[in-house]
Amino acid sequence: MKRIYFDHAATTALDKDVLEKMQPYFSRHFGNASSLHTFGQEARQALDKSRQEIANILNCDPLEIIFTSGGTESDNLAVKGPTLAAFRDKLISKPLHIITTKIEHPAILKTVKQLEKLFGFEVTYTDVDVNGLVNLSQLESEIKDNTILVSVMYANNEVGTIEPIPEISKIIQKYKGKRQKNGSKLPIYFHTDAVQAGGYLDLDVKKLGVDMLSISGHKFYGPKGTGLLYIKKGTKVEAINTGGGHENGLRAGTENIPGIVGLAVALKNAQESGDEIGKKVSSVRDYLIKNLTKKIDGVILTGHPEIRLPNIASFLIERIEGESMLINLDLKGIAVSTGSACSSGSLEPSHVLKALNYPPEKIHGSLRISLGKENTKEEIDYFLEVFPEIVDKLREISAL
Amino acid sequence: MQNNKGFGPYNKKVIDHFTNPHNYGVIEDASGVGSVGNPVCGDMMKLYIKVEKKAGKEIITDIKFKTFGCAAAIATSSMITDMAVGMTVEEAKKLTRKDVSNELGGLPPIKEHCSNLAADALHKAISEYENKRNSKP
Repeated sequence: MKRIYFDHAATTALDKDVLEKMQPYFSRHFGNASSLHTFGQEARQALDKSRQEIANILNCDPLEIIFTSGGTESDNLAVKGPTLAAFRDKLISKPLHIITTKIEHPAILKTVKQLEKLFGFEVTYTDVDVNGLVNLSQLESEIKDNTILVSVMYANNEVGTIEPIPEISKIIQKYKGKRQKNGSKLPIYFHTDAVQAGGYLDLDVKKLGVDMLSISGHKFYGPKGTGLLYIKKGTKVEAINTGGGHENGLRAGTENIPGIVGLAVALKNAQESGDEIGKKVSSVRDYLIKNLTKKIDGVILTGHPEIRLPNIASFLIERIEGESMLINLDLKGIAVSTGSACSSGSLEPSHVLKALNYPPEKIHGSLRISLGKENTKEEIDYFLEVFPEIVDKLREISAL
Repeated sequence: MQNNKGFGPYNKKVIDHFTNPHNYGVIEDASGVGSVGNPVCGDMMKLYIKVEKKAGKEIITDIKFKTFGCAAAIATSSMITDMAVGMTVEEAKKLTRKDVSNELGGLPPIKEHCSNLAADALHKAISEYENKRNSKP
């Protein structure tokens, strides 16, 4: 049976050339980058080179890049590092305040909840509109004199909407200026989770105007277990992983050299060919959206109609449930994902689609197709051939 | 993952009932209908029974279901219709949630509540039938 992978927002296959460039660092140049001998120096060289290459892409200083084990760890460090540093230094007598959105990845949401629970932090979850966009004036009105961190994702993993990061940055800069003027000791930092954006969008941290930015390697054909957090110079951060003082003392642990080499190569590939691949992928995606909505009635496209990632097409299929669709599609060789509660193990339907204000019974019918550079219109045609039959059958069984 | 053992957390029997459900549809002149679940929670089931008296016994001669829900919800719906058809009303009343999930060879722990749905729908349909029967002059 033909097997088709439409779940690139979950993970991607490692590129062959990335694997090739990683290969020497497993068994041949296996040294510990902290060792002074030649074995160690070989590893150190590869580490420095990768860091420099990534710094060039992010338009930052290499020392501002902290390698991590992936997006989740980067998000944890971004949320906990600066807030716990301010907590440690007792910068203000009030509880610290964090603003984030209702549509963040659990790596952010669960982490701010933990701070709320353990340290009494205040958290504001800002709304998004029906397309998934943050409301700038609402966000601005939520900034208070005890706000230490604003974290807004660059692009959403479920619906693909791209948030206005430079515009949010302008707001934050205004408050940075205000705080400086009135002599406040409390900094205000702006973080973005760029995990889904990494493969397609501009990652220039100066243009984005962020203090921190999270990236994960396996979302753009790099290795799993790799990621980074950009931390702007001057940001006061308490380490979360403590130990041997690696990564500028901010993330202890022997550096994963093959992983870091792979991350750098994959990011370079993605950023160099990003526009071209983005065009190709978005044309396949548009073909899918156009034809699916034509072939099946009761289909809603979620996310912003234009301001969206090239690879994600997310739908609500009315009157049927996501897990049923997913299993039926997999039996036909097609891999997709759903935000339905029944597939999540938590029995809670997608918090993202809830925040976009869709009713729960529609959210249970969510279907996400996330394309990659190897997907073709022919594969979409196959999907369009088998999917309507699945929908018809499930609707025939459905009690709605 | 597909293999001869089933699919992901589901065994083969569950997947068979899910992909080829038995007895789905509507009974227009049903003796009783049981409607349980809520689309807000992600599953909703309607179960229709036809009861006929044969040799002094009330027998479930036909049974159909309509289900909105996940693979487990559809599979348990199909399973309970197979189990209940041909039973007397008294026998069917004794069918439990556990019986349905046992007959399917077990469900993943997080899906056990789906077997509740099927048994509850059957019991509701029977009680609707009994209420109608008892209120007849």
